[in-house]
Amino acid sequence: MTDARSGLTRRRAVSLIGTAALALTSSASLAARPKLVYDLMPVQVADGVWMIEGTTEYFTNENGGAIVNCALIETDTGMVIVDTGPSLRYGEALAQIAAQMSVSGVAAIFNTHHHPDHYFGNQVFADKPIYALPGTRTAALRDGDGFSDNMYRLLGDWMRGTEPVPPNQGISSSTVSIGKREFVIYPLEGHTGADLAVLDKKTGTLITGDLAFLDRAPTTPSADLGKWGESIDLLTTVNAAAIIPGHGPFDKTGRSLVQTKDYLEWIEETLQTAAGEGLSMVELMDSTIPKRFVKMGAMPQEFHRSVSHLYPDIERKILPLSSQ
Amino acid sequence: MKHLIAALALFAFTSQASALDEAKVKLDDPFKTGIWSYHQKNILGDPENIRFDDRVVVKAPASAEDSLNVPVLVDATAIPDVKRIVLFVDYGPIPKILTYWPENAQPKLAFRFKIDQATPVRAAVETHSGSWHVGHTHIDAAGGGCTVPALAYASDDWEEHLGKVNGSVWPGRGRMRMIVDHPMDTGLAGDIPLFIIEKLQVDDLSGKKLAHIELHEPVNEDPAFTLFFEDGGLSDKVRVHGRDNNGNLVDAIVGSPKTQ
Repeated sequence: MTDARSGLTRRRAVSLIGTAALALTSSASLAARPKLVYDLMPVQVADGVWMIEGTTEYFTNENGGAIVNCALIETDTGMVIVDTGPSLRYGEALAQIAAQMSVSGVAAIFNTHHHPDHYFGNQVFADKPIYALPGTRTAALRDGDGFSDNMYRLLGDWMRGTEPVPPNQGISSSTVSIGKREFVIYPLEGHTGADLAVLDKKTGTLITGDLAFLDRAPTTPSADLGKWGESIDLLTTVNAAAIIPGHGPFDKTGRSLVQTKDYLEWIEETLQTAAGEGLSMVELMDSTIPKRFVKMGAMPQEFHRSVSHLYPDIERKILPLSSQ
Repeated sequence: MKHLIAALALFAFTSQASALDEAKVKLDDPFKTGIWSYHQKNILGDPENIRFDDRVVVKAPASAEDSLNVPVLVDATAIPDVKRIVLFVDYGPIPKILTYWPENAQPKLAFRFKIDQATPVRAAVETHSGSWHVGHTHIDAAGGGCTVPALAYASDDWEEHLGKVNGSVWPGRGRMRMIVDHPMDTGLAGDIPLFIIEKLQVDDLSGKKLAHIELHEPVNEDPAFTLFFEDGGLSDKVRVHGRDNNGNLVDAIVGSPKTQ
């Protein structure tokens, strides 16, 4: 096919030069680089409930993957943490905050689903009960290593030492009590194959995981849009006092559920229409994004990602089978 | 100091290696991949008349979300008299993706491919008079696309779908879209041997050739193409036919949404 001999020589030489150059400069750049520290700021949102709000960007080396919302809830046996962030270092920062809030430290963890920004801090809490839906544990065991490779690639040194630790307690009941505080369990799906929403019974605060986003474009790598919509409908009937969405600001009005549903319906309709017109993925990615979505965090990148995730299946369904 | 000597020694070594790879026309590669001149010689045949040309537009996402399905749109309609478009990557176990021969179509094609690592994607356009015009873009990727088994094998009915075509023509908009069911095994995954469609020809029903595509291993599983035509260049129905390397035939009539 090609002259492999000269090609290999060239390629190898180039990569070797690269290595040598790196060795020359690496000590200098390490010294110049600021230490990677997560500056987590819990904000009290209800009686005994704090929220740590992530940025609404995609994973970058600047944000260290701190793009997710975590919740801390006070109980008489210690703090309950919902979702543990993207890395070992993030989990350590959470543990430190919990230790400052309660002399008992951390009592238990919930993971809402198996995406890496929501559970890669679990390592720090491996000796505590880490509650999740059974499907979340299965998915974490299946996808954890692949996610880990990609997170190290995207976040580099922020990830140092991180190993995916799946949840260790499958939830099969409709409530979970930790100390005297009771949590209502909603076992749902759609964002992934297993999505947990948790209601803090005392304050009516609903923690939705990534079933709800606010002012940040929803992500769809494991999504089933139809089931996701049904899950949102169910969460709407909960009439929560307030919502901590998976990404984006604290929601006192339920706007996160309305917006997420609206966005998912727009995505599905846009992709179906494009398939009916024979658009390629690149052309579809150039579509105009409606005004009401254009200012969401991670736009238009997240729309582009959704086209990659969802378009191949949608267009196969829409384009007719040709006669042989 | 030790590093410096090593680097100098390597530098001398590469200069020698470059001499071996020297292409007839030396181009200043904006991506400086170090392997460009090698592909210029070996994939394009070291043409005498070649340049990088902004008129060849290659559009793709900056980062590959799904390494098995990276979408690309190449548009060489600004180049007159195009004979073929050769698409390849600088870095990957199998650089050549496909060659498009837009016989009576516009020199413009949308396709998807499997990416193995971050790399420039090049579209080298040859005209009938023998000049080459190269456009490109860079795609970042987590990689692994060429060394992962086809997803088809997760279902047990893939053989029934083999060679089936989903698609439509839109004559008024000069557009044809087709998805051809095929695992497109690269031969690099596990013990699965090479199994790919090698050629797809699109004709009108009178047998006039409209365009054809030579496919290589990196084309995605269930290859998906959009072809583009001038006004009046496309009728209500076209025939797509071709074969894979095991002799399985593809042969389908693709109609417009109205005629189906």
